[in-house]
Amino acid sequence: MRGALLALALLAAGPASAVQPDEVLDDPALEARARTLSEEIRCLVCRNESIDESNAELARDLRLLVRERLTAGDTDDEVMDYLVDRYGEFVLLRPTFTAGNAVLWFGGPALLLMGLGASVMYIRRARPEAAARAAPLSEAEQARLDALLKDD
Amino acid sequence: MIAELGHFALVLALMTSLVQTVVPLVGAQAGWSDWMRVATPSASASFWLTALAFAALTYSFVVSDFSVELVAANSHSLKPMIYKVSGVWGNHEGSLLLWVLILTLFGALVAWLGTNLPDGLKARTLAVQGAVGVAFLLFMLLTSNPFSRLEIPPLDGNDLNPLLQDPGLAFHPPFLYLGYVGLSTAFSFAVAALIEGRVDAAWARWVRPWALSAWMFLTIGIALGSWWAYYELGWGGWWFWDPVENASFMPWLAAAALLHCAIVVEKRDTLKSWTILLAIVAFSLSLLGTFIVRSGLLTSVHAFASDPTRGVFILGILVVAVGGSLALFAWRAPAMAPGGVFGVVSRESALVMNNLLLTVSCGVVLLGTFMPIIREAWDGEIISVGPPFFNLVFTPFMVVLAIILPIGAMLPWKRGKLGRTALTLLPAAILAFSVLALVWAFQTQRSTLAPVGIALAVWLVVGSLWELAERAKLGRASAAESLRRLARLPRGDWGKAVAHAGLGVLFVGVAGIEGWKQEGIAAMAPGDVLQVGGYAYRFEGVENVRGPNYFAERGAFTALRGEREIGTLASEKRFYPVAQMPTTEAGIDSGLFRDLYVTLGDRQTDAGDVWAVRAYVKPFANWLWLGSGLMALGALFSLTDRRYRVGAVAGRKAAAPPSAVPAE
Repeated sequence: MRGALLALALLAAGPASAVQPDEVLDDPALEARARTLSEEIRCLVCRNESIDESNAELARDLRLLVRERLTAGDTDDEVMDYLVDRYGEFVLLRPTFTAGNAVLWFGGPALLLMGLGASVMYIRRARPEAAARAAPLSEAEQARLDALLKDD
Repeated sequence: MIAELGHFALVLALMTSLVQTVVPLVGAQAGWSDWMRVATPSASASFWLTALAFAALTYSFVVSDFSVELVAANSHSLKPMIYKVSGVWGNHEGSLLLWVLILTLFGALVAWLGTNLPDGLKARTLAVQGAVGVAFLLFMLLTSNPFSRLEIPPLDGNDLNPLLQDPGLAFHPPFLYLGYVGLSTAFSFAVAALIEGRVDAAWARWVRPWALSAWMFLTIGIALGSWWAYYELGWGGWWFWDPVENASFMPWLAAAALLHCAIVVEKRDTLKSWTILLAIVAFSLSLLGTFIVRSGLLTSVHAFASDPTRGVFILGILVVAVGGSLALFAWRAPAMAPGGVFGVVSRESALVMNNLLLTVSCGVVLLGTFMPIIREAWDGEIISVGPPFFNLVFTPFMVVLAIILPIGAMLPWKRGKLGRTALTLLPAAILAFSVLALVWAFQTQRSTLAPVGIALAVWLVVGSLWELAERAKLGRASAAESLRRLARLPRGDWGKAVAHAGLGVLFVGVAGIEGWKQEGIAAMAPGDVLQVGGYAYRFEGVENVRGPNYFAERGAFTALRGEREIGTLASEKRFYPVAQMPTTEAGIDSGLFRDLYVTLGDRQTDAGDVWAVRAYVKPFANWLWLGSGLMALGALFSLTDRRYRVGAVAGRKAAAPPSAVPAE
């Protein structure tokens, strides 16, 4: 009895896991392109998974869709554009290189430049020569100051 | 009864933590030494009370007391004992208790080991540590009490999430928390120093072991999590740039930067404000990680407890801790006197570059992790930031870091000659370039990443060992003399070489698995053979097996190289009836140069005994964990350096006060 229940549960729960043998295209070049594209496409109902690794039904549908478009002769860019038209930018795991994502793309380089500037300033200031310049007063300066004060 | 005792102990721990926060701080400000001395007993008491609470919860799990809500929700009487125990922290409330346990333990360790700390610094450090404890104990008691009872206890529990019933994941959280919370100690020292307005080499010598041990534990924790994902999730991925992974990776990067710049404070009495800032940032990132995991703000594979009230509470802690400490920093840091001078080409400058690269790469991860939320709030556009983005923007930083590391690590303090150090390392560079050319020419797949990664790895490993060889005058002195010199090198130098070489080993793993992995997918009947990258997998069939709390279909495979059988692999599809969840167990044949990896998929319903099978060859996979292990080992070596041993500080201080000397 328990075994029968289990078998039922197994059937019901059995997830479709990632790319299935029946999805694979016969043309290896086309299939390789499909795999590469799949890694860039988000499974929309999952949490941060690409359709290439997701077990969800929707991911399977999207994988089949990508292969359908490729077989129909679309270029990689056309497939991606098609998906973005249908699902929005959310579907892309690598955000577009557009004005809206400027902070995302240029944030790192900008941080690096600022940090580099600050580091160079810091290192230059820590040089022995610079440190000596910044030191309070040299002997000669002290003597001159004393002389000036005496004049008063 | 036991659970109530635990609850009671937790409330008492809150009280003692309050005492630990208020009394020593007031005492330190007013200069009352008897008030300052309250820090030590109250820190001990907080620890023992929390330990009692933790023991009570563990007991409830071990005896399967299902009248405790947490046990009923996360355990099951049939579960193996190890997972009953690991179930204690496999949930929101219990993991929080573990967090506080480690927090109070580290507070108590500072109290017990810090007998030679200046009274004021010790009192203030323990007070800050106590304040963090108060915040988390309040959080736990008000929103997430682990000891809640059920009015009607169920006959059996709901079982722990089957994915967590695994040796790799059982010990992943404790190590991560040891890391996160270790950073809280560095944070407490930093805030205490800001309140005091004084940072010196002795301070750095106290902070560095905490940063170092926190980093070591984070390394182990992250590596365990990655290893688990590799063998458990069924397709052999090892890093996913998931928000929760990033949440542990950011403190790791910050801690790596912190432990490097603390050396500069210790040896050269400079970079002080920056070190303090980093200590604050590193712990803030730990808090941010806690917030991400528990608020449900960022959707992620392993976020537990997505409860807004809890999220708001942690956000409150985050704002007070980060805002308060940064305000204190802005107010007090300018008063810190700048320290020793150094030339443009020097170890100091190299460590500044190390810090620049580590913190900016950490910033990039932060930006990518939070950009979807920022963008949605900004103009309502919903975007995803995933692995393709992170790989693209993060990798360059690591490449540059690897290029400058061996040179920077060999530059002398104060002032060096770039040409001379570069010349010393010339053989390592030549070797790295030769390896690059060789690997490039002989690889069967067209990968750019893999040859470059391997060449950088050679450069890192040889460069790090070269320094040891130089110090031992290997080849220039007699063998006996060299050996004696090697043996007499401080542990810290060994630690440095081992950890840096470990990074190189890790690079090999990344390069191999990312650049050269091969994959095959097929629908297979027993007897079928699947060819993948020079190996073949023969499917032997599926049998039903039964585990202690699961049922499984186990697929057997024979791995072949040509005609030769090189091993058998078993991959399971498990089903946990209580939790109603399936899991996969990959069949892996581990080797030094490649892993053979196979997972059993679904039965193909239309064709009888035919199964979906996914087989991989993963070159150098084990080098990922080997490299991580070496990095942690290097940290351990450095931790045992005699200059950190209790008493060593006091002895040295009496002999010669550590002061900065000008370079020339």
